[in-house]
Amino acid sequence: MKINENLAISESGFLFNPTTGESFTVNPIGAEIIELLKEGKTDGQITEMLLKTYQIDSQTLQKDLHDFNDILKQHQLLEPNE
Amino acid sequence: MEKKHYERPHIIKLETGMPGKFGMRNDSPPTTHIDGVAVKELVAGYGSPLFVISESTTRSVYRKAYKAFSTRYPKVQFAWSYKTNYLSAVCNIFHQEGSWAEVVSGFEYDKAVANGVDPAKIIFNGPGKSTEDLRKAAENGSLIHIDHLDELYTLTDLTGELTRKPLVAIRVNMDTGIYPMWDRFGFNYENGQAWDAINKIMMSGKLELVGLHTHIGTFIMSAGAYGIAASKLADLALGIKQKFNHDIRYIDMGGGFTSKNTLKGSYLPGSDTNPSFDDYAEAITSALVNSGFKPDNLPLLILETGRALIDEAGYIITTVIANKRLSTGRRATIIDAGVNLLFTSFWYQHPVTPAQGFSQYREENALYGPLCMNIDCVRDSITLPLLNKGEQLVIHYTGAYNLTQWMQFITLRPKVVLIDQDSKTHIIRESESVTSVSGFEKTPDYLNIIK
Ligand SMILES: Cc1ncc(COP(=O)(O)O)c(C=O)c1O
Repeated sequence: MKINENLAISESGFLFNPTTGESFTVNPIGAEIIELLKEGKTDGQITEMLLKTYQIDSQTLQKDLHDFNDILKQHQLLEPNE
Repeated sequence: MEKKHYERPHIIKLETGMPGKFGMRNDSPPTTHIDGVAVKELVAGYGSPLFVISESTTRSVYRKAYKAFSTRYPKVQFAWSYKTNYLSAVCNIFHQEGSWAEVVSGFEYDKAVANGVDPAKIIFNGPGKSTEDLRKAAENGSLIHIDHLDELYTLTDLTGELTRKPLVAIRVNMDTGIYPMWDRFGFNYENGQAWDAINKIMMSGKLELVGLHTHIGTFIMSAGAYGIAASKLADLALGIKQKFNHDIRYIDMGGGFTSKNTLKGSYLPGSDTNPSFDDYAEAITSALVNSGFKPDNLPLLILETGRALIDEAGYIITTVIANKRLSTGRRATIIDAGVNLLFTSFWYQHPVTPAQGFSQYREENALYGPLCMNIDCVRDSITLPLLNKGEQLVIHYTGAYNLTQWMQFITLRPKVVLIDQDSKTHIIRESESVTSVSGFEKTPDYLNIIK
């Protein structure tokens, strides 16, 4: 899976998908994850980085990341790899 | 470096111009403190879930209700409806404020007496009084509200053995224009049953008819219905004066006023749309003042208000056990307080607020209790901040009926804490233990061995 690289995220968490014309709001940690995905980081790397900055246990974080990825897929923000 | 507070990642599609599918947004501020006591501190000290009663709110709501009536009518008396919440600490707050007691069983009667209520200030309602209940209440000079003819005959028969004449009222049911009409309690006004009962009491001479009572229903959204009910009771009282030259001492309008809660299926919150004490007081007192009573001979007006007086003072503090997604992609949050503690969630959309500050992000959730039962749903749909496991929520307006109708079902019931007017906390009911439940059981010896 690969994030749609054309996504534009504003500082206030407003996200625009130019491919579909849809817009979203995303919370700061969500925006951070999308930026990391755009940089091509793997789920494992993202988990590691977030664990360093947030007060959270790795199980909960992994569960939430998994759920977040599912939602991104639902909204067609994550695309299947070619 | 200090790590940042974690909020789970969240993204939501913007649908411009579309009204929210789930009604009003829940943007109420977090409830970090109740009456100056930190929710976190309450949980640390007493556990979760936890029932909390605010003494200040209890007293201030009572005073507001009393004032609404006493500024419009010269003789007003509230009688605390025990079934709404009969924790003794709660009852005694109302008794200290001047309330009498309104009870509907021998158990509640004995509880009121044990709380120190003068038996002459106990109103005994309900269809299920035993002969012994009637004997005790009559001898004590309590006010017996007769529900049906069988009770009338039983009490009349008892008078041969009693040392004093029982003080009685009759409960009257009637059409006040609201649906459903409660006609299973008392004697009907329209079809003449009420007059029949009055005639029997007055002709026998064995019972002292001191009052007329009605309770037209509960959570009545129309203040006008009370005006109609008060007019009908006034009409009966004036008829009794005319026919028997007998003065009725009081008219008891029962309970039934709405609290601030919102009934399921309503779009607007009840705190905005439900009638106020002033609305009810205006309807009832106008009807009485405008009836044919002589100004110097107005009957005492009794009110048995229950839920409207205590709902607001009750809170349940609860902790998030888990977050999950349902098959449809909806969020579900599981909390440690369910319908076992919050019986009234079958009728109300209780307001629920987080107990800590949150970002502006919100998500629509189903809010489920901890019971392994499909019925255990606290809110079908509520918009909440992004809660983590272990964080707290506060459920509001839970003071009425829950602490009497809660169930020892699947799990044990938690502590109830009162916050007094100086923000000091007191346990007013201990949490249950396995032994407090199984202590009532008796297992035959041969079933004590399972190997
Ligand atoms: C006779 C009587 N009085 C008073 C009440 C209290 O009613 P509420 O809590 O609706 O005010 C009830 C409750 O059912 C009742 O049956």
